[in-house]
Amino acid sequence: MSDVSRQVTIDGNEATAYVAYRVNEVCAIYPITPSSPMAELADEWSAKGVTNIWGNVPEVIEMQSEGGAAGTVHGALQSGSLTTTFTASQGLMLMLPNMYKIAGELSCAVFHVAARSLAAQALSIFGDHSDVMAARTTGFALLASGSVQEAHDMALIAQAVSMQTRLPFLHFFDGFRTSHEVNKINLLSDEQIRAMIDDKLLHAHRERALSPDTPFVRGTAQNPDVYFQGRETVTPFYAQTPANCQEAMDRFAGLTGRQYNIFEYHGAADADRIVVVMGSAAATVRETVDVLSKRGEKVAVLEVRLYRPFDSRRFAACIPDTARRIAVLDRTKEPGAPGEPLFQDVASSIMEAHSDGAMSTLPRVIGGRYGLSSKEFTPAMAAAVFQELAAEHPKRSFTVGINDDVSGSSLEYDPNFLPDESGLTQALFIGLGSDGTVGANKNSIKIIGESTDLHAQGFFVYDSKKSGAITVSHLRFGPDPINKPYLISRADFVACHQYQFVDRPGLLDSAREGATVLLNCPLPADSVWQALSRPVQDALISKGLRLFVIDATSVARECGIGSRINTIMQACFFSLSGVLPEDVAIAKIKSAIEKSYARKGGNLVQKNFAAVDAALSHLREVEIPATTSSTRELPGVVPDDAPDFVRRVTAKMMMGLGDEIPVSEMPVDGTFPSATSRWEKRNISDRVAEWDEDLCVQCGNCSFVCPHSVIRARFLHKDHLKRAPESFKSAPINARGFPETRYALQVYAEDCTGCELCVEACPVQDPNDSERRAINMSAQSGDKSGDKSATRQDVAFFESLPINDRSHLDFARVQGTQFLQPLFEFSGACAGCGETPYVRLLSQLFGDRLMVANATGCSSIYGGNLPTTPWTVNQDGRGPAWSNSLFEDNAEFGLGMRISVDKQTSLAWSLLRGLQEKLPEDLVRELIEAPQILESDIALQRERVGRLKVLLLALEDPLSESLLSVADHLVRRSVWLVGGDGWAYDIGSGGLDHVLASGRDVNVLVLDTEVYSNTGGQMSKATPTAATAKFASAGKRVGKKDLAMQAISYGNVYVAQVAMGANPQQTLLALREAEAYPGPSLVLAYSHCIAHGIDMTKGLEQQKRAVASAYWPLIRYNPVLRQAGHNPFVLDSPRPSISLKDYAYRELRYMLLTRTHPDEAEQLMTLAQEMVDLRWRNYEELASQRAEDFQPVRSTNN
Amino acid sequence: MNSSNPIATRYMGLDLRSPLVVSACPLSSNVENIVRMEDSGAGAVVMFSLFEEQIREEARLLEKIGESTTNSFAEAGDFFPAADAYELGSTRYLELIRQAKERVDMPVIASLNGCTPEGWIDYATQIEQAGADAIELNIFFIPADLEIAGAEVERRYIQIVHQVCEAVRLPVAMKINPYLSATGHIVRSMVDAGAAGLVLFNRLYQPDLDTERLKISNDLRLSEPNEIRLPLMWIAALHGRVNASLAATTGVQGGEEVIKYLLAGADVVMTASSLYKHGIEHLRTMHNQLAAWMERKQFQSVDNFRGILSQRNIADTTGFERANYIRILRKAKEGS
Repeated sequence: MSDVSRQVTIDGNEATAYVAYRVNEVCAIYPITPSSPMAELADEWSAKGVTNIWGNVPEVIEMQSEGGAAGTVHGALQSGSLTTTFTASQGLMLMLPNMYKIAGELSCAVFHVAARSLAAQALSIFGDHSDVMAARTTGFALLASGSVQEAHDMALIAQAVSMQTRLPFLHFFDGFRTSHEVNKINLLSDEQIRAMIDDKLLHAHRERALSPDTPFVRGTAQNPDVYFQGRETVTPFYAQTPANCQEAMDRFAGLTGRQYNIFEYHGAADADRIVVVMGSAAATVRETVDVLSKRGEKVAVLEVRLYRPFDSRRFAACIPDTARRIAVLDRTKEPGAPGEPLFQDVASSIMEAHSDGAMSTLPRVIGGRYGLSSKEFTPAMAAAVFQELAAEHPKRSFTVGINDDVSGSSLEYDPNFLPDESGLTQALFIGLGSDGTVGANKNSIKIIGESTDLHAQGFFVYDSKKSGAITVSHLRFGPDPINKPYLISRADFVACHQYQFVDRPGLLDSAREGATVLLNCPLPADSVWQALSRPVQDALISKGLRLFVIDATSVARECGIGSRINTIMQACFFSLSGVLPEDVAIAKIKSAIEKSYARKGGNLVQKNFAAVDAALSHLREVEIPATTSSTRELPGVVPDDAPDFVRRVTAKMMMGLGDEIPVSEMPVDGTFPSATSRWEKRNISDRVAEWDEDLCVQCGNCSFVCPHSVIRARFLHKDHLKRAPESFKSAPINARGFPETRYALQVYAEDCTGCELCVEACPVQDPNDSERRAINMSAQSGDKSGDKSATRQDVAFFESLPINDRSHLDFARVQGTQFLQPLFEFSGACAGCGETPYVRLLSQLFGDRLMVANATGCSSIYGGNLPTTPWTVNQDGRGPAWSNSLFEDNAEFGLGMRISVDKQTSLAWSLLRGLQEKLPEDLVRELIEAPQILESDIALQRERVGRLKVLLLALEDPLSESLLSVADHLVRRSVWLVGGDGWAYDIGSGGLDHVLASGRDVNVLVLDTEVYSNTGGQMSKATPTAATAKFASAGKRVGKKDLAMQAISYGNVYVAQVAMGANPQQTLLALREAEAYPGPSLVLAYSHCIAHGIDMTKGLEQQKRAVASAYWPLIRYNPVLRQAGHNPFVLDSPRPSISLKDYAYRELRYMLLTRTHPDEAEQLMTLAQEMVDLRWRNYEELASQRAEDFQPVRSTNN
Repeated sequence: MNSSNPIATRYMGLDLRSPLVVSACPLSSNVENIVRMEDSGAGAVVMFSLFEEQIREEARLLEKIGESTTNSFAEAGDFFPAADAYELGSTRYLELIRQAKERVDMPVIASLNGCTPEGWIDYATQIEQAGADAIELNIFFIPADLEIAGAEVERRYIQIVHQVCEAVRLPVAMKINPYLSATGHIVRSMVDAGAAGLVLFNRLYQPDLDTERLKISNDLRLSEPNEIRLPLMWIAALHGRVNASLAATTGVQGGEEVIKYLLAGADVVMTASSLYKHGIEHLRTMHNQLAAWMERKQFQSVDNFRGILSQRNIADTTGFERANYIRILRKAKEGS
């Protein structure tokens, strides 16, 4: 039967989920990149009542972890439902125990995995096979897909074979490369899906289920006498599965015309060199084989689709007798193994075939690693592998795609090796995360893919920042199906949507000769040329490029669509690229606009229409002279005085040239220097904070709330100003008795994101202008690529001023904290982030003795994602020691730090006592006994430790060296466990509970955004009633977990609930009390977030409302008070003054429900208000009780 | 009009089974409530106001949120479930009109609060297409700008009425505030511009000051019976003197106020505060009170007594004019 199904343009995740949803009844999941969209789509379809092929709506449930999801899958399978899940990476690791069970019990199921790297020396969200290879021993069948179409098709084939063979399947495809690739595919019809699924097998699955009507026991404990035999019972099932899988593929071909094989051979029938590969890279090798074959080379590729059970005989049968050399490519690394997994399977299969006589010759087999963490794998690299196979002495174990100058494993490749690209239009678009470029490009692909006969493909590459991120869209269009799973290196069209990127190194590197360049540029066409740098001019001339410009930003503004340049640039693209006739393209763009904006008010449609029309009339070509005229070179990304590592390594990553960094430059164990974000001046906002020194009352509120630590204050003697730049601002200090002291507030304008929280926090109003504050937003001096020297001079001068002595500052007041140096600065967090002000405050208060265990999530990404990281050091080189272990284990990880610190401290005391005869008595006594509460205490202790070290160096005693190695522990360390609500309420809940119950001196800071912010707003147990979130699209019905009360129930845990925007003083007090308390502390911090759907400039206002409505009561529970005979429960909030609605309905997450389910919204809001009222009453009652009404507490001193 | 119904009324050419109309308030944001209003005897419902400014602000916010949350980070393409299904206020409002028209027989009057010329026309047209029986224009404009003269304010009002009446064929009522310099004159001008009904009066937003928090407080204060007098006076003054229906609103808590307004000459009497205090079914109580009074006074229909205490129908009009004011002042001075 030929395929008559309709064509759609979707990504790999949707293609997979589409099938998985239709052939399952239950879906239990947990969000993890890059698989989350599959689960989200399933949830969305379920909420809309979309049915599976049996006419019922699958049940979708979000669990607290992948471990939980796997358990639920297991239970649902055992109870007779066809059940699936979607996951990746660490998620798959958490599923492993259940996977053994599911396979051991021969339960048919398919797990769909967007294959991703595992966290080793570092986390990576990108794609390789490390995760699925770690699951190869579970007993699951492993089936690989290499394209969006294959992911769609294999999802069905896997399901059919699993039901037939009873073996659970792990269907996987490359994370991001395939999961997020948008391509045009043939959509399977429900009839085709039904034809592949035998209902009798569904009934058989149900018959095998647990039932009290036909009871049995499954999951026994077996002993040495029978376990082994029991394990062997499944062997025949594995033996028959490859054949069954091939049969299913053949049946599928009959239905759709698309023939697959469990091992797919492509190339010369008499090939002498063969590459074996799995996943998307197979297409790349196939293309390469075609090129090489045309050159007369005898080469082939053998693609492995069914990896487990590995059918050695079938595999060997695919290898022609002519084969002399075989290279096996693995997208994973198994350190210490004789080779990577696929290599070993291939090697043993061939050896076996040769031994059995099935293979007359024994080819030489070599193995290589490629493409880890979505590293590009191009035809040039594939060609290098074939070339290596032709070498006299090929490397037995190699890498390709990197420069391994340490072990010498890497293969050289010729980047100019390219397959045929004729007939294709390839376009690159460089934009900002918030400018709509990616959205418009996805839209263009849809337009072309779904309304013309052309095929379309898109990859979207983001940098690691959450604010001001650079996006690069790679789009291909052509008359034939496009199966090129690698990025564009020779573009016909390059569009730079933001003028500031014009100085980005390598901007035009990917433009082919004669390509068209489109630049969004504020300059008139006739002044563009002279504004360009010499290298850009040179590239334009030498490649014969055509340059077009448009001031899209002005056009957008004039058309009343704000800063949305996307449709304007899209119209220009269609006009210049000629992919479609211009009038057709414009009509389709307008149709898409109508679809997007019709519901958002009639005039938005008209305004966007006008913008599209205006785009074409404002588009201008720039005449390219024959020679360059500019003498301006591209600016360096870091100054010459940056540290060596930053200049050699970090700067390359910042320039987008990280691929060039050789192995030798990389740290061997994932250790990176602190204090690197200061070298990355991103200049992402045109509007930055500006201080009005005359109006300012020096309260410190602005620097207290600044999410990016760009507002710093110092007081200084007026004499310092003698060498100040003219533009440097200061004011007399606002304190009596210090006539010679000045106050300076410095804005690090190049790091400011323009979030406006400082303006919102400023209590001052200009009496002459009620809109004006003591800190205001203003245009940043100098343009994006222009002169920033005044700002830089001011900052440099400010940094040269003496740091205010911590031991003389009043930490107890917000005003005093502004003079504390932030040791967390310029992170990549969202503009206006509600989390980072807490993190920064932590660094200010305890930074020079702070150890942070950071759960995976937003805070680990803005805290630890390369190229630069925000944790920094003070003038003594001290600063927070930060580490991220995993998502699920952060509490335990932090407890481990605490225990280790305590152990080292106790060791130091012990050694000190052992040496006390040789050391000054007073010093030893003070080192052990002196209090370390106040900052001045800490300063004194540091001084004592300094003296001790000097003495120890001079001591000739074997113990002195030991003591030296732990002497720093004599200064009290502050251990903090930091993470979001996804960690604390869900995946790490059990660990956190255990750690709090341990009684150890750990401090927990929960940055509560009430959803999984990092992965896109999925519901957590912190999500409030009546709010929507992913997996709660019909509104969260259950109340938010009261984590504070859970912790309070232990009696000996210090607990605080804070909201910096509502009461900064209480936040400060709580963090200091928590740290001073010698037992476990838990601080729950309200963190407004883009996932709330708010205007982020109003984040602090929302915090105030959260508190004013009693939704977020400010509390402190201090066991020390209980010990002293006082009520330990302090309610810091005033009585509610507004309703929950007045807070909630300013956020999209709540408002959405009023639009989609108005009645439900009303009922849930009533319920939520009742919950708020009840909790408030309970808290008020607690606050009025006596000490004896609370748990008695024993001292928690360790 | 049903002649057997003693309280049947005409308002802007629409036949109403009762002169009691629910005025614009959030109670009408739910179609079930609208059904309950009809079940409780309401003659018509004026829907809650569609605020153009609010819709614009909502659209702006959505756009801004969309910009910051969509396709800007590798791990999160978006943040909200089915955010594209989010419908702005106007869509829901129009849908509610459609639903209400399907569920009730009484006229459904939309209330529109615009802020731009195109907004007034655009939304009025959409309201007409959605099936509303009439439109009430709710102009909420406080001329806080000291440069704007009274004549300019009046010109704006009349222009809006004119524009909307040109754009739609529905009867258009104008809800005015009592702070216009010459109410009678501007009312007549509005009628000349096309207004078929006049609603007296709009209660303007009057913020209070919070002396503790040193902030403006904006709590909602329900109207009270003692607020009836100003509209009562103007209804009485305008009855029979302008070619438009008169609707009285403000201060209606029970049958007593309904009767007073009708005596002054109102075609319909509107209430919302009383329904907040006593529930939608309070309409039935007010009807009972009206019926009992009519029976006691032996009026066969509301038309029998409508406007009998209006300026035009009573011999001594001083009670409504300055002489009465002087007499009241004198009485107060005497301590009576």
